[in-house]
Amino acid sequence: MKTDDLIQMLARNDAPVDLNALKKRFAMAMLIGALAATLLATMWLGVRPDIASVAKTPLFWWKAALPASLILGALWMVTRLARPGVPAGISWLGVVLPIAAVWVGAVYALAQTAPDARLSLILGQTWRVCPLLIALLSAPGLIAIFAAIKGLAPTNLRLAGATGGLLSGGIATLAYCVHCPEMGVPFWACWYVLGMLIPTALGALAGPRFLRW
Amino acid sequence: MERSSQESALDRKEQMLRTFFVAGLAGDASAYRKFLSALGDHLRGFLNRRLSRHASDIEDVVQEVLLAVHNARATYRSEQPVTVWVQAIARYKLVDYLRARSRHEAFNDSIDGMEDFFEVENSHEAEASRDLAKLLETLPDKQRLPIVHVKLEGHSVSETAHMTGLSESAVKIGVHRGLKALAAKIRGSR
Repeated sequence: MKTDDLIQMLARNDAPVDLNALKKRFAMAMLIGALAATLLATMWLGVRPDIASVAKTPLFWWKAALPASLILGALWMVTRLARPGVPAGISWLGVVLPIAAVWVGAVYALAQTAPDARLSLILGQTWRVCPLLIALLSAPGLIAIFAAIKGLAPTNLRLAGATGGLLSGGIATLAYCVHCPEMGVPFWACWYVLGMLIPTALGALAGPRFLRW
Repeated sequence: MERSSQESALDRKEQMLRTFFVAGLAGDASAYRKFLSALGDHLRGFLNRRLSRHASDIEDVVQEVLLAVHNARATYRSEQPVTVWVQAIARYKLVDYLRARSRHEAFNDSIDGMEDFFEVENSHEAEASRDLAKLLETLPDKQRLPIVHVKLEGHSVSETAHMTGLSESAVKIGVHRGLKALAAKIRGSR
């Protein structure tokens, strides 16, 4: 096929382009991820029995604020990276600030605690399973978000993959909050962050291979 | 002085491409054709400088980038210069091509000599060495038929729906997915 024929073909009977396609793709992928993670957290892991009373405390919402703000930051970053010639730029802040904030909170909480009680504040009751469960909950969202990114046009595949992984991890962690009994800020700063880092690392590894277009 | 005249040349290019491209996004096929044509010329120049050792592949890469630009149109935002957006796509495809090429060369090529020195000839009529029409034939019917009827023969979506028995939305989706699948076939054929 000659190049002029290709140009004729591409331009002929061309429908107007849907400029909301990017938003729709991410909305759909995040919805899939959120539904799957919520189903797994409620049906498989089970809602924590004291959810009604704990939901009245500010601390519970501070806990949910960590994944919620990371979802927004990762979404900001990945929607930039899914477009050719748009660097992550200032959107790094959306990812870095929530993590910095929870670490500051964790250091403050530890400083307020007697030295011999600090380790148990970090480890809580569930540190062994928490990161792994978050990673499992993130798997359906990771696949859906990868499909969304691949349908766009990322040019930095590793970073786009990592950010997509973080987005799925944030969604999974938010759903995990309805199950998780831990209320210590240092616990979230370690194990929630580690749990979200697992899909982030997987995304970085898988991006160059699975996001090509 | 020289710098500012270079800048204004880039400005003019940006203006021209943007005008045609934005009209094309809204459905103006003739403006969109002009955009792709101008872009093709520009790419040929860009690739001539970078792929002079593999002149026979230049038209392949030009076609691949044009198809990629077409498939990626929904990622364009009006605050971004069209030239920046297009260049990022071209660079991505060029890197992808060079990576495949170096893998391939490690097994096959002798050291390049001068044998193709006089074969370098690039015109609008340049035929790519990879034939997209043949790749198109390998697509499944629900993608191939919409592309053949709507994009090659110029039938409307509703006529095509009537001819193929597909719904109108299936025809539109078939064109859209088919062109993306064609890009994937190109990658697979390297």
